[in-house]
Amino acid sequence: MVHTLTPTADLKQDVDDVARLLTAEGERIADRDLDPWVADVDTAQLRDLYRDMVVLRRIDAEGMALQRQGQVGLWAPCQGQEATQIGTARAMRADDFAFPSYRETGVTYARGAGPEGYIRAWRGEAHSSYDPHEVGAAIPQIIIGAQTLHAVGYAMGIQRDGTDQAVATWFGDGATSQGDVNEAMVFAASYTAPVVFVCTNNQYAISEPVGVQAAAPIAGRAPGFGIPSMRVDGNDVLAVTAAMRWALDHARTGQGPAFIEAVTYRMGPHTTSDDPTRYRDKDEVERWRRRDPIARLEAYLRNQDAFDDEFAAAVAAESDEVAAAVRSTCLAMTTAPALSILDNVYAEPHTGLEDEKTWFAAYLDGFAEESAR
Amino acid sequence: MTQLTMGKALNEGLRRAMRDDDKVLIMGEDIGKLGGVFRITDGLQTEFGAQRVVDTPLAESGIMGTAVGLAYRGYRPVVEIQFDGFVYPAFDQIVSNVAKLHYRSQGAVKMPITIRIPWAGGVGAAEHHSESPEAYFVHTAGLRVVAVSNPQDAYTVLRQAIACDDPVVFFEPKRLYHTKGEVDLDGDIADAAPMGLARVARPGSDVTLLTYGAQVSTAMDAATAAEDDGISIEVIDLRSLSPVDYKTVTASVRKTGRVVVTHEAAREAGMGAELIASVTERCFYHLETPPVRVTGWDIPYPPAKLEKHHVPDLDRILDAVDRVLDRPNSLTGVEL
Repeated sequence: MVHTLTPTADLKQDVDDVARLLTAEGERIADRDLDPWVADVDTAQLRDLYRDMVVLRRIDAEGMALQRQGQVGLWAPCQGQEATQIGTARAMRADDFAFPSYRETGVTYARGAGPEGYIRAWRGEAHSSYDPHEVGAAIPQIIIGAQTLHAVGYAMGIQRDGTDQAVATWFGDGATSQGDVNEAMVFAASYTAPVVFVCTNNQYAISEPVGVQAAAPIAGRAPGFGIPSMRVDGNDVLAVTAAMRWALDHARTGQGPAFIEAVTYRMGPHTTSDDPTRYRDKDEVERWRRRDPIARLEAYLRNQDAFDDEFAAAVAAESDEVAAAVRSTCLAMTTAPALSILDNVYAEPHTGLEDEKTWFAAYLDGFAEESAR
Repeated sequence: MTQLTMGKALNEGLRRAMRDDDKVLIMGEDIGKLGGVFRITDGLQTEFGAQRVVDTPLAESGIMGTAVGLAYRGYRPVVEIQFDGFVYPAFDQIVSNVAKLHYRSQGAVKMPITIRIPWAGGVGAAEHHSESPEAYFVHTAGLRVVAVSNPQDAYTVLRQAIACDDPVVFFEPKRLYHTKGEVDLDGDIADAAPMGLARVARPGSDVTLLTYGAQVSTAMDAATAAEDDGISIEVIDLRSLSPVDYKTVTASVRKTGRVVVTHEAAREAGMGAELIASVTERCFYHLETPPVRVTGWDIPYPPAKLEKHHVPDLDRILDAVDRVLDRPNSLTGVEL
């Protein structure tokens, strides 16, 4: 049904050796494996995906701006990766569960985290921005690859509960070098766990090009674990949607894990602390700008007469509205009191920490008395 | 009351925890058909099936990371790390996720994971099979750490650890697995002393001897031997290393004014250092002499034929007791 990738003869990381449904010019092409999974996708659904991607890019730009203005401490931009994030996350059911990394703003957005959900942790007010059980997504993981094991464990829980839910986990090309990602694939394959591995190959782990992590396409590894995989154009939201639907169906129907390598590009820096001009040239960035996922879908929709100025203006207005909500939520945040840093270390009382809390409270009270005098 | 070995008491603890709560499942290497290399999980897969008694791939980080995911889903995983020296590949998952998720999520995500570790030396084992890594975990906020010394505590504290909504690192002294003792299996766990409380294993008036795990037996032997010299040692079995029950500890120190700590783990930045620093902060004016640590040396665990020189024995403990009593001892006249 779905081709399993075999390494190309020269083993180079050919970014065009991918399954694709929309060309960079917005032309719809056929793919035997992907087509059946998006047969029902009409222009109305594609317009929704377009709107999501534009909103995400706007949220991302707002995050960058808030960092530059000193309102958030750090931001990990996802510009360029919108099709990968929206295409995968939007293919999930509400009762599925997501285990994203820190760059998956689009996943947490698509899962339904509100404005607070993208900003609280980056502002440094808390380590998490939402309740995972409400959003259906774990707290974004910073330890590279660690979340893939959590996803497999959650999927093992689903198996024991006997439901047809599925789990997806996102990680980068760099993460595939981590032991945890490889262990996750071993556990998932051994237990036939309903989990989808989404490797966002955005070409860089901070400064290291993907060739440092992998001498052959990453999707080629999964079959060695007994996991079928697909390598898709991560800037083609239709292809990503198709691949994710295939993978989720595979997981949901008891066939076990599936693996997607979405080949894309991180247009911005690793984080606001990074300077990508030190390790990649302008021409490369320009080449990828011409493969932009949003422009591509717009071109396709225009070809279908499904895109006009009115739609563009409505999407832009909605994006600005979401961004304004992110900004006002961010600026309205208040910092928790000092003593609260000792809360929630344990779920049950811990006498050692209670002693420290007593001491710290007494110390803080000393200042209160001083200022009252 | 039933006469049980510590191993059998642990087995019963797991069995009854699984019967009482179908969210409890156990996972680890060789714990299914084999029943674990120490047979602690013997018979459990037959009773509860392979979905609840899970033989895992041979990857400790994988075991711990999938336990995190199961806990996210509402399960209460009990993880067996086959040997103390094999826990290090799981260290990142334990420190970065197991210990921190409740804090990171501001209380939204609980991690009721019990990490069972067959622990410490004295059994003539191969390299990496006799380690005492407890200080790493005590140092890590978000974890509770316990170490048991007898079959009754093994049963009771294991049940409490599994019922606890926090992650608990549960140390099982290998050299006591075959030690027998009376165990009350039918008492209500809710009536037992809460997890976290120390136990005065033997009352005394001259010296407070703080210890935990298998060293409790050695300390008890030392106290019996000292009695012949007219020295009364109060032995305190800490049971919980995080938190430490300082109420019990300081009450004893205020009474005796003299403290010896013994553990198998190396001395540097170990449990003894923490205990003595905290006792000194709280009881300085009650101390008659400087506290003394009797620990494993600051070396990698030595070969089996030499381990008797590493694990503090009765004589080394008594030598330290002589020091805190200002009696002639091995360091008399030695300036360190």
